[in-house]
Amino acid sequence: MNNTLIKLCSIDKSFDGERVLCGIDLDIHDNEFVTLLGPSGCGKTTTLRIIGGFETPDEGEVLFEGERINDLPPYRRPINTVFQKYALFPHLNVYDNVAFGLRLHKVPEEEIATRVREMLEMTGLKGFENRRPATLSGGQQQRVAIARALINNPRVLLLDEPLGALDLKLRKDMQNELKRIHNATGITFIYVTHDQEEALSMSDTVVVMADGKIQQIGSPTDIYNEPVNAFVADFIGESNILDGVMQKDRKARFAGQTFDCVDGGFAKNEPVDIVIRPEDVDVVPVEKGMLSGTVTGVTFKGDYYEIIVDVGGFKWMIETSDYVAPDAEIGLYIEPDAIHVMKKSEYSGKFGDYSTFSEEMDWISDPDKEVSEDEETTLLS
Amino acid sequence: MKKRLSFLERAAAVPHLVWTLLFIIGPLLFVLYFAFTDNDGAFTFANIAHLSSYAHIFFVSICFSVVATAFCLLIGYPLALAMARAKPSTQKLLLVLLMLPMWISLLIRTYSLMTLLDNGGLVNSLLRAMGLAPWHMVGTGGAVVLGMIYDFLPYMVLPIYTSMTKLDKRYLEAAADLGCNPCQTLFRVTLPLTAPGIFSGITMVFVPSISTFYISQKLGGGNFDLIGDTIERQFQYTSTYHIGAAISLVMMLLIIASVAIFGRFADKEEEGMLA
Repeated sequence: MNNTLIKLCSIDKSFDGERVLCGIDLDIHDNEFVTLLGPSGCGKTTTLRIIGGFETPDEGEVLFEGERINDLPPYRRPINTVFQKYALFPHLNVYDNVAFGLRLHKVPEEEIATRVREMLEMTGLKGFENRRPATLSGGQQQRVAIARALINNPRVLLLDEPLGALDLKLRKDMQNELKRIHNATGITFIYVTHDQEEALSMSDTVVVMADGKIQQIGSPTDIYNEPVNAFVADFIGESNILDGVMQKDRKARFAGQTFDCVDGGFAKNEPVDIVIRPEDVDVVPVEKGMLSGTVTGVTFKGDYYEIIVDVGGFKWMIETSDYVAPDAEIGLYIEPDAIHVMKKSEYSGKFGDYSTFSEEMDWISDPDKEVSEDEETTLLS
Repeated sequence: MKKRLSFLERAAAVPHLVWTLLFIIGPLLFVLYFAFTDNDGAFTFANIAHLSSYAHIFFVSICFSVVATAFCLLIGYPLALAMARAKPSTQKLLLVLLMLPMWISLLIRTYSLMTLLDNGGLVNSLLRAMGLAPWHMVGTGGAVVLGMIYDFLPYMVLPIYTSMTKLDKRYLEAAADLGCNPCQTLFRVTLPLTAPGIFSGITMVFVPSISTFYISQKLGGGNFDLIGDTIERQFQYTSTYHIGAAISLVMMLLIIASVAIFGRFADKEEEGMLA
């Protein structure tokens, strides 16, 4: 985990004059499971394609073990890819698909037979040797794609939304499977997804991207507990994001009140964004609350209730295990260490209360908004 | 309401049905009739039996068509590949250039080719002007094959080009990812995945090549008797209709057989293409 395998230095990339990556700096270490996470159009797939050699950066350098590989074609890189929708060769059966890379490297047929058998066993595809990809289910095709890439013993495996086409339960199983394969092989995994839960549960390191820039790099717990800006806080998990002022160290003022908190290091009276996770707010009687408001919505989620509380016009989301009746007046209690203070950023004010859950909801209800194709597929998927 | 619609639908099919009966089924029946009767209208296998004396003509025709088809494939495949990889605007231009000759009558094109290649034609004038010996071309087998290639090349390029534009780029990326250099990608991925285009191209060039008579008459200078020429000659006199019909019948069966064989290949590939 210590030596840097791949280094991206201030990568810029434009397509038809539109900038999709601006100044990407990223270190990827040996054996690491790195996830590039972000909404569609954030540049995560382009970053992956640059590492794979399918795109060349306009500016900046791609280093592999310290050597510049900007112009090295994909077939000379010790990197293999599991493509989105798999791209299995339709004219070859499962065996020949998996053996494809080894045959190119002139590995003797007996060795190929052994290695393909081992790989098919590891991916649970024994007995599928003679099937054509078209006759396989999504999950099976997925495994063939992984086997086809891994059999070449790459230094790095790139995975481009590999679980996107699978249903929820199978996705969970495949997440565990990928984790297991990662541990067993020790190959560096670079994984692209827009699913934050997937990213948090699988990765050593999460790279949150938006608008062609890296927003935050960190371990899943860091990203969740210490988001650097409103975008990350909103994208990873659920958050109430409020406008606030840091009166002094450990004193934050928001929602018309002053709260004790644990953060410091801000200028006196510096405007900030405050993040409070829904599970960190306690529901108490009005007179014991630091804030009070009216319940406007209650949703039963199985092991908890998700309630929306209107506090002076700002809609909070709160997760609580006790039932609260709609229209009830309740008090809210927040521990000092549940208050996370962030510097203002370009994303301040874009995310915040829970009048709606998603940006999409705002604009799919808007007749003037034109839906681009990219967004349409995201909505459908 | 529904019944009326279905009557209308049936009525709409009538012109096509009449056309098919008059101009496809009818002539086919005539061919069958003439192939198995003699001058008195009596049933006979004599015409078919007589065909053995035309064996060499069948052989020469097949050889010419195979050579022409092979050259069309060798020229057409790289051309289709280059077209499919060009910018969209260039692709359109190349397509128009490819199809432009098809808008001119085949006879005129063949005749023009003959004048170009003639002993006193443009090509030989150029050769002479450059101080080279004139090259006798019209009347050689090469000229006939050249004529076939020239006339039928677009029929090879178009289906291959179509299957190339349908080829998903992800397969090419996957090949490169697994270690294929561009040449290996061409032979291991592009070629097998465009096989349906190749097979239909082969069929579309082979069939008109084997049945042509005009090209061999004009560019072969009468030195080559192909199936098409023979059939044409037999139908100039009523007395030889029967032999002509028998030759036509056998040629049709030959073509059907080869189309069926190629078709099988094409189908097999397409089965695999279904994602």
